[in-house]
Amino acid sequence: MMLGKFHGGLKLPGHKTLSTLTPIADLPPPARVVLPVRQHIGNAAEVLVSVGEQVRKGQKIAAAAGYVSAPVHASISGVVTAIEDRDVPHPSGLQSLCIEIESDGRDEWTDALPEPWPDYREIPDLELRNRLRESGIVGLGGAAFPTSVKLNPGEKSPIKTVVINGAECEPYITCDDMLMREHAAEIVSGIGVIQHLLRPERVLVGIEDNKPEAIAAMRRAVQEVGEGGIEVVVVPTRYPTGGEKQLIKVLTNQEVPPHALPADIGVTCHNVGTAYAVHEAIVHGRPLIERVVTVTGNGIEHPQNLRVRIGAMFSDLTRHAGGYSDAASYLIMGGPMMGISLRHDQLPVIKATNCLLIAAETEIRPVNDASACIRCGDCVSACPVNLLPQQMYWYARSGDYDKIQEFSLFDCIECGCCSYVCPAHIPLVQYYRHAKNEIWQQEKRARKTDLARQRHEFRQARLERQQREKAEKLAQKRAALKAATGNDEARKKTIEAAMARAEARKRKLAEEKAASAADRDRLSSSDGDSD
Amino acid sequence: MQFKTVASSPFLPPSNRVSLVMRQVLLALAPGTLAAIWYFGWGVLVNLVLAVVCAVAFEALALKLRGRDPMPYIRDYSAIVTAWLLVLALPQLAPWWIVVSGVFFAIIIAKHLYGGLGYNPFNPAMVAYVSLLISFPAYMTHWVAPAPIAEHSLGLLESIKVIFGGSLVEHDLFDSITMATPLDSIKTGLTQHKTIAEIRSGAVFGVFGGVGWEWVANWYALGGLYLLYKRVISWRIPVALILALGVPAGIFYLSNPDHFASPVFHIFSGGAILGAFFIATDPVSGSATPRGRLIFGAGVGLLTFIIRTWGGYPDAIAFSVLLMNMATPLIDHYTKPRVFGQAGHH
Repeated sequence: MMLGKFHGGLKLPGHKTLSTLTPIADLPPPARVVLPVRQHIGNAAEVLVSVGEQVRKGQKIAAAAGYVSAPVHASISGVVTAIEDRDVPHPSGLQSLCIEIESDGRDEWTDALPEPWPDYREIPDLELRNRLRESGIVGLGGAAFPTSVKLNPGEKSPIKTVVINGAECEPYITCDDMLMREHAAEIVSGIGVIQHLLRPERVLVGIEDNKPEAIAAMRRAVQEVGEGGIEVVVVPTRYPTGGEKQLIKVLTNQEVPPHALPADIGVTCHNVGTAYAVHEAIVHGRPLIERVVTVTGNGIEHPQNLRVRIGAMFSDLTRHAGGYSDAASYLIMGGPMMGISLRHDQLPVIKATNCLLIAAETEIRPVNDASACIRCGDCVSACPVNLLPQQMYWYARSGDYDKIQEFSLFDCIECGCCSYVCPAHIPLVQYYRHAKNEIWQQEKRARKTDLARQRHEFRQARLERQQREKAEKLAQKRAALKAATGNDEARKKTIEAAMARAEARKRKLAEEKAASAADRDRLSSSDGDSD
Repeated sequence: MQFKTVASSPFLPPSNRVSLVMRQVLLALAPGTLAAIWYFGWGVLVNLVLAVVCAVAFEALALKLRGRDPMPYIRDYSAIVTAWLLVLALPQLAPWWIVVSGVFFAIIIAKHLYGGLGYNPFNPAMVAYVSLLISFPAYMTHWVAPAPIAEHSLGLLESIKVIFGGSLVEHDLFDSITMATPLDSIKTGLTQHKTIAEIRSGAVFGVFGGVGWEWVANWYALGGLYLLYKRVISWRIPVALILALGVPAGIFYLSNPDHFASPVFHIFSGGAILGAFFIATDPVSGSATPRGRLIFGAGVGLLTFIIRTWGGYPDAIAFSVLLMNMATPLIDHYTKPRVFGQAGHH
């Protein structure tokens, strides 16, 4: 098979064997879990339970709100002890609404668990999609986009190729690798469900060539339980091959245009972990309440992969992995190229948590040692989107946000290749993120200003209309007066009428004055009473 | 547990450093520099030491005056690379004040007055070289004869004496030490209506360039290949430069070999190889886009051929580089690469 190639990219130190020496271990059900109602792209789920309520494992505790949303399920059995804002693993550092459950130690499944559908082919598509939606499945590669939406592309854009992403290109992360080694059959079964729903011409499973065990396991599973039309494709290890658009390019040699979705070119992409979750939901009727997380880095005693309940605290995972080593300095959720750096470990595992990297000082780039850009162009060679990072940096620094958009700022996938190769150690991606935020803020402000201007223009128009009407009235009056000139009788009448009006006004004014004086008197006397 | 944080990904330690890039350039210059000392004497070394000391001093002074901490910048070796390249472009026994004022021009005027490393629109070494060439033409054309054909060569102490003790012109051995460069000889010979073949029968000419000169160029080329291998420089500028110099030279040579020097001679004489691998590849003042680098290199090569052949100067790498530096913003503007997914060629 002829593979496509994207521009740039990097060979990175893998650090993968740190965490692949032992099989996936089970983290025992934690004593409490914290479940954010928003763990996915789209609307936050709506809370269905209240504090003090008994819940059981697999019970839906928050419902999807709108089409692009996903429900949240209790990942242990116990009692809801809080529904409030808590710290969540998000780069903003802001809190977000969470449901806390304290375990009753029984770890019992809910009775309302949907029935297993091993023969899902006899179930109507609509019901299958509903089941996936109700199971809370989102993309487990890190983006956390609701899977049911991607599995319902509509008549307009039929899916010809399904890409299954097992590339796992970021250093340190091995959860997909281990899942493929140990659960290839389940993944392939999940792929079967996706095939059944989308009826694509082919399914391409892309795995980087640094995972020979996973490749062998997946090939075996495809032969044994695959439905046909599935091909496991070995792709070169090159970061960021696991990026959706990059993997599609490598596997199909097609490029997804900027601002377009893969579905627009007849492709959809799902992570291997997502395929596994699809299998669990359809074949076993289990909603998404657990996932595999890599706990790794030189800051942890026993790096490994753990199968953990969603909502388990990071500290539960790190304790199970032997605790922190003396070198532990940084906590990163996700990989070292695109993850987020977090301040503390009292944060819950969410559906998108694929890796906890507990890094020593030496594993992390030094801060504040940037020097001037020497325009060496290494970033240009490394950029997988073929941008000109050094030009964008220039405009980001000078705040020229029109110019930076001419250089396709919003096509930047923030993969970090440019920052990694920069000999001047400039944190380029940080500049681009800042510029993007600034532009979004400006657009927001511009929308507000537009609204204000509209209001102002309406008011202006109203005032003008009133003035015009007044002028017209005056003109009419004058015309009437003019018509009356020469007719002494009428003129006299008009004058008398005007005098009468003036008299009436005077009288009215005097009355009002008297009335208000009376009021004043009453007020002051009542003041006196109250003394 | 509490952790330190980093504002933004990526967190992986960077793969390269500016100082490493500069040290690799210096390493790549080493063989050519040694060859220059071998063929043209101790003067090269003396001036090199003088220039490096001055460069570091001027760099520190400029940074102090600009209110910056000089140490991180001095440690990046960029001033040393500039001084080194300037010395390799100067006559080997140039008097000390030529070297000092050249380095002053390069570091203070061409680099720091424009904002320091990364902000200079022109190649500092070439600005200095051209300023000296225009200001002191007499001193800039006294080239030492290569060792194999020199009547007399100076020792280290004698070289120091000549460089610091006045000028070569007053030295009683002047005629036996100096000699016109191969490119000079061609230019002068052609004005005397000699044919290329007649001119090239002179002692200064070697196998395909000038005696000594051609070997220094070969060692520069070796260093250049090392930089390509280490991916310190991209192949685009050197390849485009050599082709744009060699192809027109070849066409004219074939049309009239009596009047035009051969392309091989053009490539291995004067500053062409040093320019192709070490000077035109200066990232700061050159184009940074892939297609832009092809255009930039080709521009330098073509202009060099034109100026050498029809201009007033025997060599033209410095002028051509500066002219293309001027065109760099324009070139970059029109050579944006096709963004992933955008319509266009694949």
